[in-house]
Amino acid sequence: MIEFLMVCNKAGAVRVSRSYTTKPLPEPRGVLHSCLKRNSPQQCCHFVLKDHKVRIVFRQYASLFFILGISEGDNIMAYFAFIHNLVETLNSYFSNVCELDLMHNVDRAHMILDEIVVNGYITESNRSRVLAPIAILDKSIDKV
Amino acid sequence: MVVILTSTVKLRDLIRQIRSARTAAEERSIITKECAAIRDSFREEDNDNRCRNVAKLLYIHMLGYPAHFGQLECLKLIASPRFVDKRIGYLGAMLLLDERQDVHLLVTNSLKNDLSHSTQFVSGLALAACGNICSAEMGRDLAPEIEKLLKSSNAFLRKKAALCAVRIIKKVPDLIEVFIPLTKALINERNHGVLLTSVILIREMCTTNPDCIDHFKKCIFNLLRVLKNLIMAGYSPEHDVAGCSDPFLQVQLLRLLAVLGKCDAEASEQMNDVLAQVATNTETSKNVGNAILYQTVLTIMDIDAESGLRVLAVNILGRFLLNSDKNIRYVALNTLLRTVHIDKAAVQRHRNTIIECLGDVDISIQKRSMELLFALLNTNNVRSVIGELVKFLSVNAPPELKSKLTSTIIISADKYAPSKRWYMDTVLKVLIHGGQYCRDDVVNSITQSISESPEMYAFIVQKLFIAVKEDIGQQPLVQVATWAIGEYGDLLVAGPCDIGEPIEISETEVVDVLEHIITGSLCSSTTKYFTLNALMKLSTRFKTEADRIQKVVGYFTINTNVELQQRSVEYKTIFKRYDTMRTALMERMPVTAQSEKPATTEADNVVEKNEEAAAAVPLPVAQDNQQDSLLNLIGGLVGDQTPPPAPAAAPANNDLLMDLLGLDSGPPVMAAAAPAIPPVTAINKQGILVTFNLSHEGEKLKIVVESRNNTASPIADYLFQAAVPKTIQISLNAASSTTIAPNGTIHQEMFVSNPNKATLKMRLKVSYTSGGVPAPEIQETLASFPVSY
Repeated sequence: MIEFLMVCNKAGAVRVSRSYTTKPLPEPRGVLHSCLKRNSPQQCCHFVLKDHKVRIVFRQYASLFFILGISEGDNIMAYFAFIHNLVETLNSYFSNVCELDLMHNVDRAHMILDEIVVNGYITESNRSRVLAPIAILDKSIDKV
Repeated sequence: MVVILTSTVKLRDLIRQIRSARTAAEERSIITKECAAIRDSFREEDNDNRCRNVAKLLYIHMLGYPAHFGQLECLKLIASPRFVDKRIGYLGAMLLLDERQDVHLLVTNSLKNDLSHSTQFVSGLALAACGNICSAEMGRDLAPEIEKLLKSSNAFLRKKAALCAVRIIKKVPDLIEVFIPLTKALINERNHGVLLTSVILIREMCTTNPDCIDHFKKCIFNLLRVLKNLIMAGYSPEHDVAGCSDPFLQVQLLRLLAVLGKCDAEASEQMNDVLAQVATNTETSKNVGNAILYQTVLTIMDIDAESGLRVLAVNILGRFLLNSDKNIRYVALNTLLRTVHIDKAAVQRHRNTIIECLGDVDISIQKRSMELLFALLNTNNVRSVIGELVKFLSVNAPPELKSKLTSTIIISADKYAPSKRWYMDTVLKVLIHGGQYCRDDVVNSITQSISESPEMYAFIVQKLFIAVKEDIGQQPLVQVATWAIGEYGDLLVAGPCDIGEPIEISETEVVDVLEHIITGSLCSSTTKYFTLNALMKLSTRFKTEADRIQKVVGYFTINTNVELQQRSVEYKTIFKRYDTMRTALMERMPVTAQSEKPATTEADNVVEKNEEAAAAVPLPVAQDNQQDSLLNLIGGLVGDQTPPPAPAAAPANNDLLMDLLGLDSGPPVMAAAAPAIPPVTAINKQGILVTFNLSHEGEKLKIVVESRNNTASPIADYLFQAAVPKTIQISLNAASSTTIAPNGTIHQEMFVSNPNKATLKMRLKVSYTSGGVPAPEIQETLASFPVSY
């Protein structure tokens, strides 16, 4: 299962952060530093974080790092695909999503995430089904 | 920038303000002001703006600032009838409330109401919240509602309810019985979201409660059918993710199958066909395809698959290794490491690909290829594999891996070596390229191996000498080389040997190199000890350089390094006083017993200590006269008046003595355990009778030493000494007197403790003056004690 999800930019500023366990989140700067070390195209995009003993899978999209902490024994490649799926979903909702979109609409990002992942398990991979409740919410109110 | 201090600041504006802050202090001040405003508004029960304030609070919480005062407000929001309020309220609850907070339980009531709400989105919200944060008590309370929702006709709710059930089962395992009957219907789902979550639910049930596994085995057929449909279905826009038909569902199904098929041949047999189909039909060009294949491989490894399927799995992994994407290679290497212990033959086929991975840039891939190659070593491929590994070591191994690499290469080379010559070549190459990363025991094992192959002495020592002449930076190399030069120096200068290229080396050259090592500052102290010993040994082997060597050795009598100084003084004494014995002392070491292998055994420690501490004194203890000279040597040193550091000398002497005695390991003596311990006659020579009276005192053995003077003249300056093997401790109390009248006796008490239950042996020495004249010393060895101790 997914233990936590963190989206942060290269400077270490966290844009979206979500935890699915009661364990404390690792320091974003520390994780980011390890990710940056391995970010050349020749290196693996996943590793085990030493102190927290959690496996990190990350992917970089423009200036943002999507960092996922998963538990032992899970299929790393599947989570890779999941990150891409998540980004595509955000893209179709925000149309050409960029970091500013995530920053100004944190609540929406969380809601989309809630439709995709519940309690650390992937629930829905179909983009239109995920975005349907959000669309209804948007229609019924003006933004907060 | 002016900050507007009303509580109706919109979230966007707050974000904009925070972003425009130029320093951290400015940001902090904005946030504290905003928090204060929010707190005020909460206190005033501002209902309209509450959700906006909580939204701002959540943003502030995400930035890392404390936000616990908003927890109750979240509860109030959840209780409000507006959807927007509930949305933000539940979001806040999921972010701020977890089981450790006290307010947590208060959510239960609202959750209960919302779960049975008519609007599906509200129930969906409640389900999501429940799934994320519910605790054991909440789970028990809400289980009936969840159960009802699992049976509802709305797919949107069913899929979330399933994941809720997962959490509840994790927290309260007893509630499995509530949910098991519902799973049957869930498996026949058409909606993929619900199917996905049900599969996860079933897997969770099986992990929590292994008894369920039997119950679910009946569904294997259905699961396989679903999987088959997924792969055969072709393109379906509803489920397509990057070219594959719902990969997440496929992955979860495969995982479930792995759990169900574990240790069950019958179930595994059912799965064989479908697994093979998945493996062959999945497209490998995309990441998702590889994810599915990887999961298939993992499943095949877990269940009792037939051998054809296993080979298929290993082949898939082999194909992964050829893929250019590093992640896939890493994943493949990791899995291969797990399977290589089960099925070596299949992995051997991919050996060449693994060797190619050694050349990768990423260190984690290199590490795993290295470990995999070590696991694949056998007598057939040892030459090529170790050749590649040595090339890897010399070219591009990263420093973190080098120490493990060098030690494992040497140990494996020793185990599988096809010929001695090859082994020596390999060892030499490893020392030259990876020298300073070798572990210490590696040096000992190498010297051990060298001493075991007499026909190679000349060849080896020449090669080592050439290597050392070029570069003295690598300590293990220099240590082995100096040891070899010391032992076999005569072969070095004897002229060309029959193997290898002929070269001429002169004695002066050799001594030059050794002198350079020992006087320079490039080498460590351990290396210098080795070199000093080597020089001493060469003093007998080389004809022309003895004086020069003596001079060099003499340099160190005033060195700051205590060990070096002590040895230098001892050697100088050998030159001065015991010159006649020098040749005998410096003879070649005999080959030590085969049992002392690199894995650190006690014997090996002894060998090692002996090499370092007493290499000057050879091992053969068979000849008594050598023993005498040894003890004389030590006796002489004990009474020596030269100013070496006295406190260091005395315990080191005992060490020397102990070491020697420790090596005198004859066949273990089984002493009979007599109820009454008869006295042992230790020494009966030259009119001195020494008897031991043994008794047990607690853990220790107490020996009362009775020395009787059977001669006609009085004895003065009587000194009794005893030494025991290394692992045994001995303490000798003062004698009752040092003078013995004719026919008189004196007593001395000795305590021996033997915690390791080693064989008890003792070496004794007695010295005295008789009638004013110093008498010859008496030495005796006691190898048998009438005490099983």
